[in-house]
Amino acid sequence: MRMPIRRLRSAATWRHIIVAIVVVIVVLLPLFANAYQVDVLTQAASYSLFAVGLNVVVGLAGLLDLGYVAFWAIGAYSMAIFSGAGPIHITNFTPWVVLPIGIGVAMTAGVLLGSPVLRLRGDYLAIVTLGFGEIIRITASNLEGVTGGAEGIANIPHPQVGAYNFGSSPTPYFYLTLVILGIAVFLISNLNRSRIGRAWVAIREDEVAAEAMGINTFRMKLWAFAIGASTAGAAGVINASRVNFVSPSSFMIIISVLVLCMVILGGMGSMIGPIVGAAAIVIIPEALRDYVPAGVRFMVFGAILVVMMIFRPQGLFPSKRVAAEQHGVGVADEEKAGA
Amino acid sequence: MTDTVLELRDVHVFYGNIEALKGISLEVRRGECVTLIGSNGAGKTTTLRAIAGLNRPRSGTISLEGRPIHSLPAHAIVALGVSQAPEGRHVFPAMSVRENLEMGAFTRKGSTSDDFDRIYSLFPVLSERAKQAAGTLSGGEQQMLAIGRALMAHPKVLLLDEPSLGVSPVLTQRIYETLRQINEQGTTILLVEQNANMALDLADRGYVLETGTIVLADATDTLRSSPDVRRAYLGES
Repeated sequence: MRMPIRRLRSAATWRHIIVAIVVVIVVLLPLFANAYQVDVLTQAASYSLFAVGLNVVVGLAGLLDLGYVAFWAIGAYSMAIFSGAGPIHITNFTPWVVLPIGIGVAMTAGVLLGSPVLRLRGDYLAIVTLGFGEIIRITASNLEGVTGGAEGIANIPHPQVGAYNFGSSPTPYFYLTLVILGIAVFLISNLNRSRIGRAWVAIREDEVAAEAMGINTFRMKLWAFAIGASTAGAAGVINASRVNFVSPSSFMIIISVLVLCMVILGGMGSMIGPIVGAAAIVIIPEALRDYVPAGVRFMVFGAILVVMMIFRPQGLFPSKRVAAEQHGVGVADEEKAGA
Repeated sequence: MTDTVLELRDVHVFYGNIEALKGISLEVRRGECVTLIGSNGAGKTTTLRAIAGLNRPRSGTISLEGRPIHSLPAHAIVALGVSQAPEGRHVFPAMSVRENLEMGAFTRKGSTSDDFDRIYSLFPVLSERAKQAAGTLSGGEQQMLAIGRALMAHPKVLLLDEPSLGVSPVLTQRIYETLRQINEQGTTILLVEQNANMALDLADRGYVLETGTIVLADATDTLRSSPDVRRAYLGES
């Protein structure tokens, strides 16, 4: 009789052990990689953080946001402006001080955008957010007095710990991003196990019913939006400080689409999925560099994505629940009732 | 026993320029089962939606135990004790039966284990299928789940929208027997139904709705013997 319990426990333990081993390997990777490879890893980590945030919006709350890059831009510009590197000098804060400010500004932007538009559903929300992404980018390129216009802002300071300056070597940023990523995953997965997480599941599955259960669907969606935005803001701050430059051209629509690909490829709704998706989408094109000529590299990459989606539409590491929802359990029944 | 739980007074609801409810007044007293019958498009579902906060009345008042609720958001109305089994059931398809029931208690604090026992004894089939995804249940079973889920909130009044819709006659019969039991256990019910026969059998009092106006209101026994009701809703000539 005790057997199944013990087996269950050991399955969970195994999972923890595997995750721990992977984390240790990832942490040790920079020791065995050259500067270029560490740079790719750092980008992968940065996009992972970004994707984990979008996953809250798309995977957990089921809201299609196509302008997610806007919050990244807001984080990045917060870093540039509040550090005093831009054309106007409001403050001369260090990156450590700007980090919470950037998170706060991005979160505020998320709430401000979310409040009027989250009553829209599905496709409408997607189009409004798409527009928002473009508005932010175009504003950044036109508001020259604040954002430096199309030329952007250079000389953004690097973080400093005591006498040690992060400089432009990628390794410290890799670890910094990993730490923030760890915190984000921890907070988000706790939230997902709470009442808010249950409300998100309900909204995803049937918004009418969620409302009938007494869930404040609007507020729950706004939470998801704010959390997604602030995660993107954090990624934006760190990234701007690493490359020490921001310009509107870094925040094209394609970035939003790419991050959405990461979430879907990795598996919506799970915590590991978006990280694996981000790592795959950053690393695969770089890994192909040596074997595939530049002209067809993205074609091969696109083909890999298409094949993946045909054979594993739920993504590499999907949340079991989200995968079940997408397989349309019960949809056939609904249709019968409607006919 | 004139303890009014739910009261609508002169409620007008518009869809754009179209007046869907032209001044509805009705009341539901504690422990009663009241039915609202009428043909398609008479405004039955609109009335329930107005009570649940999904359609705002342009004028008139809706009150729960004397407290006006018509300007509150839908989720707040649920928290105050109005829960519903919406038309078309709307179970959460990928959640298990048990998880669906848990969602029903979302606004409530405290233990739910007694509630599970109660729902499972009212609808034994839900207990058999507790771990099954709700989307795989039959239409009738989903209806039972929707009712059970609404009961998990300990509603002061339970709103039911067409529980017989798309459900086999045998299961409809069983659902109505259980509804009687639920009502006898003390739950106040407002039932909207096209199947007037079943509804008038179950309810204590009834309102007949025609194109947004209440044309008849009486004890169900009286309504049953009204020639108008017999002709229009009970299929007799």
